[in-house]
Amino acid sequence: MANALLYDSTLCVGCKACETACAERWKLPYNDQVAEEAVLSDHKLTVVTTHGENFGRRMCMHCQDPTCASVCPVGAFEKTALGPVTYDAAKCIGCRYCMFACPFQVPAYEWGSTLPKVSKCDQCYDRQKAGKVTACSEACPTGATISGDRDAMIAEARKRIAENPAGYYPRIYGLQEAGGTNMLLLSKVPFEQMGMPKNLPNHALPPLTWNVLSLVPDIASVGSVLLGGVYWITHRRDAVAKAEGRQDGGRQ
Amino acid sequence: MTTAALPMPRAVAFWRRIPVWRLVFYAIMSAALYATYLRLFHGLGSATNLSNEFPWGIWIGFDVLCGVGLAAGGFTLVAIVHIFHIERYKPVLRPAILTAFLGYVLVVVALMLDLGRPDRIWHPLVMWNPRSVMFEVAWCVMLYNTVLALEFAPALFERMQWRRPLRIVQAISAPLVIVGVILSTLHQSSLGSLYLIVPSKLHPLWYSPLLPLLFYVSAISVGLAMTIFESWHSAKAFGKQLEWPLLMSLGRLLAVVLGVFLVMRFMDLSRRHVLGAMLEPRPEVYLFYLEIALMLIPVVVLFSGAVADRPRLLYFCAVSAILGFITHRLNVSVTGIQAMTGASYVPRWTEIAITLGLIAAGFAIFRTAAKYLPVFEHPVEAEVREST
Repeated sequence: MANALLYDSTLCVGCKACETACAERWKLPYNDQVAEEAVLSDHKLTVVTTHGENFGRRMCMHCQDPTCASVCPVGAFEKTALGPVTYDAAKCIGCRYCMFACPFQVPAYEWGSTLPKVSKCDQCYDRQKAGKVTACSEACPTGATISGDRDAMIAEARKRIAENPAGYYPRIYGLQEAGGTNMLLLSKVPFEQMGMPKNLPNHALPPLTWNVLSLVPDIASVGSVLLGGVYWITHRRDAVAKAEGRQDGGRQ
Repeated sequence: MTTAALPMPRAVAFWRRIPVWRLVFYAIMSAALYATYLRLFHGLGSATNLSNEFPWGIWIGFDVLCGVGLAAGGFTLVAIVHIFHIERYKPVLRPAILTAFLGYVLVVVALMLDLGRPDRIWHPLVMWNPRSVMFEVAWCVMLYNTVLALEFAPALFERMQWRRPLRIVQAISAPLVIVGVILSTLHQSSLGSLYLIVPSKLHPLWYSPLLPLLFYVSAISVGLAMTIFESWHSAKAFGKQLEWPLLMSLGRLLAVVLGVFLVMRFMDLSRRHVLGAMLEPRPEVYLFYLEIALMLIPVVVLFSGAVADRPRLLYFCAVSAILGFITHRLNVSVTGIQAMTGASYVPRWTEIAITLGLIAAGFAIFRTAAKYLPVFEHPVEAEVREST
C-alpha cells in the first residue's frame, strides 16, 4: 500500500527543477550558489549530482525499517503507513545518533543554530496525505522522478530494464538495500558511480541492536537474582564464621 | 603507619615553589570556560569541527565513551568488596566510588554540551523508544548516577556526623550495590552496542557483533587500572603509604582481565576472517597496533613477575592499560569511522579545551573531596568495631 518515488537517472537532464520545488516547499533559500552545492545539508534536502554524463539524485531513502527511527532515543522519527519517514523536531534532543547511524548518510544538522534541528526530506508527507504526489515529482519535466504505489514503481522499473537491457544497469537500488526503501533508483552505471553508498547489507539494520537490547530484561532479572544469591552466600558465610569465632572467644 | 617524609630532591622543591600546575590548571579552565561560552551562545558549528559527515567527535568518543569506562572502577570494586565480599580490597573502594561518581557527573556535563538541545535532556524520561540503545544508555546513566550518589553519600554523612541519613543509606546498601552492578553491566556494554548499527561505516578491525562484550570487559580492565593509578597518585599527594600487597593483587587481576580481552579480540578477528586487514599499511592499522601493544605490554610485564617490589613498574602497567583502552575507544569512535567513510575530522581547539577542562576539574574535585571527606580512611570498620 505504501508509496515510493522512482528516480530514473537515464531520463534525468540535470535541470534541478526538483531542487527548486523542494526548496520552495520547505521555504528554504534557493539561488545559483545553493544550486552549485552537491551535498545534502540543512538548506538542501535533495541534490541532483553530476557524474560525468550521468546524473544522480540524493535525498532521504525512506527505509522500510528505518535505522533513524530505531536509534532515536526519544522516538522523533516515524515510519508512516503511506511510506514517508517523518521527523518531529519538538521531540529531538540533538544527540545526532540518527545522523551517525543512517546508512545513506542523509540527515543533516543546523550546525549554525543555537536551537538546532535535524533536516531531511519527509517525502512531502502532508501532500501525500492529501492524495497529491511529491513536489519534486510534480516539478520534474522529463518524468525522471515519478511517485506512486511501491509495488507499481518496482513493476515499472523492472519493465524499463527488461525493455531496454542495454540502457540500464540491471538492478533496482532500494529494492533490498538496508532492508528496502521507499525511494527506488535506476541507472545506466553501477550505483556507487552515481554517488550512492555501497557495501550496504541487504537486510534492515535495526535488528543488529535490537538482538542485544532485547536481552536487557533477562540480564537485569537473572543478573539481580544471581548477584543477590552471591551476596547472600558470601555474607552468610561471614556471619557464620563470626558467630563461630565468638564462641571460640567465649571459651577462652 | 605513616612513613617519614623523604628528603625532597632539589628539582622537585624548585617546582613546588612555582605553582606551575596551578597555572596550567587555571589556563585550561579559562580556555574551557571560553569554549563553553562559544558552544552555548554560537552553536555547535562555531565550537566544533563536527559536520554532517562526521556528527560525533571527541566529546562522544573521549569524554563519554572513555569517561564512562574510566569510571568503571566504581562498580568493579563494589562487586568485589560488597557482593563477593572480599573485604581486603576495602581501602580502595571509596576512592573508586568517588572516581566513578565524578566521572559520571563530568560525562553528563560533556553530554549536555554535545547535545544540540541540552534543555531537552529530560525528554527520554517521558518520550520512550525502547528500541534505541541511546534510550537505554540515557536511563542507565541517569539511574546509576543516583546509585553512585547514594554509594558515596556515607563519606559525606560520616564527615557531617549525620547519623540518621547514614543509617538509612546503610540499610539499603545491599539492593543498592546489586542494582549498581546491573546498571553498569547494561550500559557499559551498551556503549559498544551503539556501534552495532553501523556495519558499513566502521572499519572491520573494530566493527564486531562482540562490541558490547568487548566494551564491558575493557571497562572492567580500565576500572582496575584506574584504581591502581589513583591509589598511586593519592599516596603521593597525601603522603600516605601505598597499599602495596593490595595493588599487586589488583595488578594481577588487571593482567587476567586484559588477557581475556585480548584473547576475545583476536578470536573475534580470526572468526570474522579480517586478520588480513592487519597487514595493510594504512594509518588506522598502525593505530590498531598501538592499541594492541599498549594492552599487551602490561599483560606480559604483570605475568612475568617483574613487578614484585617495583611499584613504579606496576604504575606504568596501569598507565599503559589506560592508554590502550583510550586508543581502542577512539579507534572505534573516530579512526575506524574515518577509515570507512572518508569523513575528515580533526577536533577544534574548543573541543580539546573542554575535554581538558573536564579532566582538570575531575582531578581538582577528587583532590578536594579526598582532602575534606573520609575517602581514604575506613571509618565504617572502626564504627563496627566500636559498636560490638
